[in-house]
Amino acid sequence: MDHMSPLERILRAVALALVVLFFMFPIFWIVLMSLQTNETILRSPPSMAFVPTFKNYAAIIAGRLDSNVASMSIQFMGNLMNSVILSVGSVALALVLGVPAAYAFARHKFKGSEDIAFTLLSFRFAPPLLVLLPLTLYFQSLGLANTYVGLIWVYQLICLPLILWIVRGYFEDISPDIEHAYRIAGHGWFATFRKIALPLAGPGIAAAGLLAFIFAWNNFVFALVLASADKQPVTVGALAFVTASGIQYGQIAAAIVMSIAPTLLLALWAQKYLVEGLSLGAVKG
Amino acid sequence: MSDGLLTLQGINKIYNETSRHPVQAVSDLNLTVAAGEIVALLGSSGCGKTSTLRMIAGFEAVTSGEVLIKGRPVHGLHPAKRNVAMAFEGYSLYPPLSVAENIAFALKSERLDKAEIKAKVTEIAHLLEISDILERSPGSISGGQQQRVSLARALIRKADLHLLDEPMGQLEPQLRALLRGRIKHFIKQRGLTAILVTHDQTEANALADRIAVMEGGFLQQYDTPEHLKDRPANLFTGTFIGEPPMNVFPVQAEVADDLIKLHLEEGVSLSFPAGAFSPRLKDRLLLEKQFMMGVRPHAVKITETGQPAEVFANQWLGDQTHIAAYFAGQTIVSVRHDRARHAPGQNIGIELDAGDLHLFHSDTGAAFSHGGGVE
Repeated sequence: MDHMSPLERILRAVALALVVLFFMFPIFWIVLMSLQTNETILRSPPSMAFVPTFKNYAAIIAGRLDSNVASMSIQFMGNLMNSVILSVGSVALALVLGVPAAYAFARHKFKGSEDIAFTLLSFRFAPPLLVLLPLTLYFQSLGLANTYVGLIWVYQLICLPLILWIVRGYFEDISPDIEHAYRIAGHGWFATFRKIALPLAGPGIAAAGLLAFIFAWNNFVFALVLASADKQPVTVGALAFVTASGIQYGQIAAAIVMSIAPTLLLALWAQKYLVEGLSLGAVKG
Repeated sequence: MSDGLLTLQGINKIYNETSRHPVQAVSDLNLTVAAGEIVALLGSSGCGKTSTLRMIAGFEAVTSGEVLIKGRPVHGLHPAKRNVAMAFEGYSLYPPLSVAENIAFALKSERLDKAEIKAKVTEIAHLLEISDILERSPGSISGGQQQRVSLARALIRKADLHLLDEPMGQLEPQLRALLRGRIKHFIKQRGLTAILVTHDQTEANALADRIAVMEGGFLQQYDTPEHLKDRPANLFTGTFIGEPPMNVFPVQAEVADDLIKLHLEEGVSLSFPAGAFSPRLKDRLLLEKQFMMGVRPHAVKITETGQPAEVFANQWLGDQTHIAAYFAGQTIVSVRHDRARHAPGQNIGIELDAGDLHLFHSDTGAAFSHGGGVE
């Protein structure tokens, strides 16, 4: 990297720019769409020249969906709040359960430990629809249908295996002797877990948590079946924009921008931890 | 000898015991370490020495047998409760902490005030030549420095037993020689008891009061460095201890009233006056028709009149000469402390003294005679 000719440098910059353009263009286009009315969006050929309007955002925040035919109320802000509650709640629960479990699987090989770990992972093999029908019946008789608790519980199918398997790998990368050195100095196993193992695996735990958050945020089918309107997250809520009187592209675009904003900001903020997490290998000494 | 500080009784360690490929790392190990003693576990890789150390520390469970520290069985006792200190082969420094903090965290349980901790850290850092890196982080120092930090972290503690796993493997030879002396002095001055694991016999000889030679999970001999050299218990210890290794030849004895002849291969035979061997050894030689004869390279004399041999290599190591020659169908190595001029191809004579011979059973390898006497 240090010894590149100017030509290589230019080609490299062009290639990187192309990649960025390819991946960022849809987001850029969505942002543009969110600032236009349905009429200008559907122009043919499409044009980048338009008078920006914030009417789409205003309508979503106000909760009124106005089309040229009718006006109806939507709960997009409620959906956004539900997404936050469900994602944060399920990642928090998965961290509380998954990190100690990952530590146990990494450090204590007991009879059947691999089988249990694999079973937990296998939850992710099954298509969600396979479990949804029986779950719906159970949830209805248990009174868990359409509750945050019930949804966060089901979301563990997504978050728990992810956190368990990623964090376990990070714990396994830490030399057990670092913990042994701490333990032999007179510290108990819990102090060792808290003071040595947790901080060393910290970046890994952050990365796994972030990934689980994104998966939980993007989940569609669990909430679609197990929750009704007032508990549904944005992924399901966005369906409301497909109305009998047409599809409100401008408002959908505004809703998309608002719903990807939290994960995008979180990812940008956590970026340095992610990089740290990936370069943690230095611990091995 | 059961009143030692550490007693190992019939220790067995089997890894993957329930699997199809169990591995027996340690077999029926009995060992006693007295208070204030430095003991080395010496052996090649995979001989069970590190497993033994980890069982004493409590990081590995014993499959069977008993570990007693100060006469107290420690089975099931956590490492934290055994009051032992350990320096790990992989250093195991805690990356977020500085070198000084890494050393100091071993002292946390001793509840000292800050000034005392600082004084102790400074002292041990000076001893191990790491004073200048105390504020650095473990990731930014060399392997040899990390190893000394790990050693400092173990030696600074006031524990019943100090376990040192390959404590100087990564150090440069000059530093190793310097620190060997310092560490031994430090341990002896404070009356600490230490067990060190090493594959370096120079280190074991220099540091240890007694050396436990291990091979294949079995304790081969547990003795002082002098005895290991002069009275090896079996063929393994005989050839393992000593550099260059002992010369070994299959031998048949012919015992007459006034002369004892040892017949080697290719028609070479050594004659000794009957008085050179004790009467009991003579009786023994009548029984042992075929056995193994060992002689240390330092005791192999090159003379004009000895048994014929042909030099094939002459190495000057700076302070001694190693001369290798064909002798009785094998290689014999002789060490001399002057710069010998024997060139490859030259014919020489080999002479061996009865007092330098070690005799071993050819089947079991057990020694039955050292220097003309009987074990």
